[in-house]
Amino acid sequence: MDNFVKFINAAVLAGTPVLLGTLGEILTEKSGNLNLGVEGMMFMGAISGLAGAWFAEQWFNWSGVPAALIALLISFVAGAFGALMYAFLTVTLRANQNVTGLTLAIFGTGFGNFFGELLGKRAGGFVTVTAHTKDAFANLNFGPLSKIPVIGRLFFSYNWLVYFAVIVAIALHLFLKHTRRGLNLRSVGESPATADAAGINVNLYKYLATIIGGGICGIGGMYMTMVTTGGIWVHNTIRGYGWLAVALVIFATWSPARALYCGLIFGGLMMLRLYLPIPGVPQQIYDMLPYVATILVLIGMSIRQSKEYAQPKSSGLNYFREER
Amino acid sequence: MTKEDKLAIRMRHISKSFGKVQALQDVDFELKEGEIHALLGENGSGKTTLMNILSGIYYPDGGEIQIMDQDVAICSPKDAFGLGIGMIHQHFKLVDVLTVAENIVLGLPPSEETKRKRLNQTIRDIASRYGFDIKPESKIYELSVSEKQTVEIIKVLYRGANMLILDEPTAVLTPQETEKLFTILRAMKADNKAIIIITHKLNEVLAVSDRVTILRKGKKIDTIKTSDANRQILTEMMVGRKVDLAIDRPEAHDRKLMLQVNQVTAVSSDGRKLLDRVSFDAYGGEILGVAGISGSGQKELCEAIAGLCPVVGGSILFESEINGVRVAENLVGQTPEAIINKGISLAFVPEDRLGMGLVASHDMVDNVMLKNYRDNKGPFVDRKTAKKTAEQLIDALEIVTPGVKTPIRQLSGGNVQKVLLGREIISNPQMLMVAYPVRGLDINASFTIYHLLNEQKDKGVAVIFVGEDLDVLMDISDRLLVLCQGQVTGIVDPRKTTKEHIGLLMSGAEREEVGA
Repeated sequence: MDNFVKFINAAVLAGTPVLLGTLGEILTEKSGNLNLGVEGMMFMGAISGLAGAWFAEQWFNWSGVPAALIALLISFVAGAFGALMYAFLTVTLRANQNVTGLTLAIFGTGFGNFFGELLGKRAGGFVTVTAHTKDAFANLNFGPLSKIPVIGRLFFSYNWLVYFAVIVAIALHLFLKHTRRGLNLRSVGESPATADAAGINVNLYKYLATIIGGGICGIGGMYMTMVTTGGIWVHNTIRGYGWLAVALVIFATWSPARALYCGLIFGGLMMLRLYLPIPGVPQQIYDMLPYVATILVLIGMSIRQSKEYAQPKSSGLNYFREER
Repeated sequence: MTKEDKLAIRMRHISKSFGKVQALQDVDFELKEGEIHALLGENGSGKTTLMNILSGIYYPDGGEIQIMDQDVAICSPKDAFGLGIGMIHQHFKLVDVLTVAENIVLGLPPSEETKRKRLNQTIRDIASRYGFDIKPESKIYELSVSEKQTVEIIKVLYRGANMLILDEPTAVLTPQETEKLFTILRAMKADNKAIIIITHKLNEVLAVSDRVTILRKGKKIDTIKTSDANRQILTEMMVGRKVDLAIDRPEAHDRKLMLQVNQVTAVSSDGRKLLDRVSFDAYGGEILGVAGISGSGQKELCEAIAGLCPVVGGSILFESEINGVRVAENLVGQTPEAIINKGISLAFVPEDRLGMGLVASHDMVDNVMLKNYRDNKGPFVDRKTAKKTAEQLIDALEIVTPGVKTPIRQLSGGNVQKVLLGREIISNPQMLMVAYPVRGLDINASFTIYHLLNEQKDKGVAVIFVGEDLDVLMDISDRLLVLCQGQVTGIVDPRKTTKEHIGLLMSGAEREEVGA
């Protein structure tokens, strides 16, 4: 039992950055933009968040919660900036979405590693935030709630970003399913020509969804530097989590609500090696598991041919009103 | 000035070009309140472009638009809605995964009016006022084509449109559904709404409109009262010269049994029946027409015979000679290549015309080669023969092209279809299946194709002609097979039946015993 609870805890902690990346990408794809640059935007968020917190400490002597909030804000802005470049290229200049997304992934990776090393040099060796700020990302204590046996450890023992991700997922679900703007956004992603003919500003929706989505991805990256590596820049810190996020979008069949538990499954698969080691099975086999699960979901989807649990129809295609 | 003469729309000197192509040139157009106005023209005459300008999809290069005597600039579909103009596009603008009600309010600001319950009631009110039949809660992908059209019409009515533009509204409907649509249009006209219907079908113009404007090659030819018009006058204006509208149907001679299709069933991957126990015979020296609403199994029928669509039951017997003995050979289970070698040709013109059959970016030689490169000996393809064949085709069919090296995509629609059909014909098939060969062609090109088919029939080829224009099918076919939801609902003699009867067969409301 104890081991199981530990496993779930580890799965949640590992799944959260992927979940954030996924939520950002779901929002993006719902507007018909297939932004493959999640990895890059997470890198940008990761270094900017860390740098934001570090400079807040250095320049303004802010540490702890204020530094954490700065990290949140700056990482969102950095991810959004990456997405803004993507949106400008694909929506305004109508560049190929796949190529642009892949380029953004490469650009962001370089951006993160370059400024990560630069910051390390400046800080004299390596960057690290103060213990006070690290504490702001430690697991929360909900008092009596956290003390309930099993339940307390399963639900009330995480850092604030985990709860933040859950709230984002629920908010996104409500937005898409139950608001008029969500309906408009979905129609833009399904059929931009229809949305356009209905008087919806297609480009505005595409820009906003892509930029906010990119910002959420950036926060996912910040989670990696502030929580996973404990406020220290580690070379190649995102290490493919962005690609896992893209896979999780498919695994969760483009639903933020399903992304919640699918994210947990992904986190579990990523942590399985430590909690269910099978002698002789190398780590690489375990690393494959989330992708194998994604392929299985893809096969299941193509067998069922469901219209509802599918990628938004115009995803990957640019829209030009006067096209003939 | 009487009330009827009040102008709803006045467009003057409208011009629009796409790149080098002048789609519209100095076109004037007027629409009165409470009239049904037909906009008639061949493909590429600019009628849809003109209406897209009115609905804000395109912005004109020059000219002015007045709505209700006010000068306006229509920059987006939203502007058009604001002015009371609603357009029902040929390709429906609906989101599949949303409900009817959601599609109808799409893009409108939230308000009390659009609360779900209230909205559903309003939709039902509109539906009952004009005689529609629709459930607001259904998802779009569950609806039939004619129901989707209904949703489109209710959508513009809900938004308070009093000027409706319908782009080729009857292309996807059965004759009965068309009649129902016309009744609805007349009801709306009685409600003082102004309606424009874009079409190239003369019968419909004469049946429903009050006035008709004819466009030809981006220029306005004239606007006349429908009561002063007839088929001949309209065609002359549309084409620009006299055209004989009668389609030739030479007497069938030397009919001999070529193909026996017996109880053929085909099932889609999700278990839907695409073809349901289809049985018929095809004879050499005759044209067998195939009619039906689009998606009733026409494509699958052709593909089943050509070996492209797997068949789960039944037999397709082809009369042939093996070792000097006449036998009926079963084609089911044979490869498409083997079937082609027996002399069965399929020329399928899909909706996007170039999607299947021809490679758009290749030239004529390459496209001809696609069909016969397997006969080549040695590792290299034989371009010379293919080039000769292509040149023969250009001569024989009067294909207009700069040369055999020009990519197919740069040819006009009629010429592309000639290449497609000509490539099949030149291999001297015993049986020729053509699907929608005149899709998107102007009257002239269409007649060339009809002539080609009649020539093949005369040579003793069994021709199967899948078409969408019932008038044409009734004029050219020796026998007419009607499909409905994958079933044969009748095989009739078009000389001895009425369009209404075929319409009922198409919708499955009636069926004939198939035994004759």
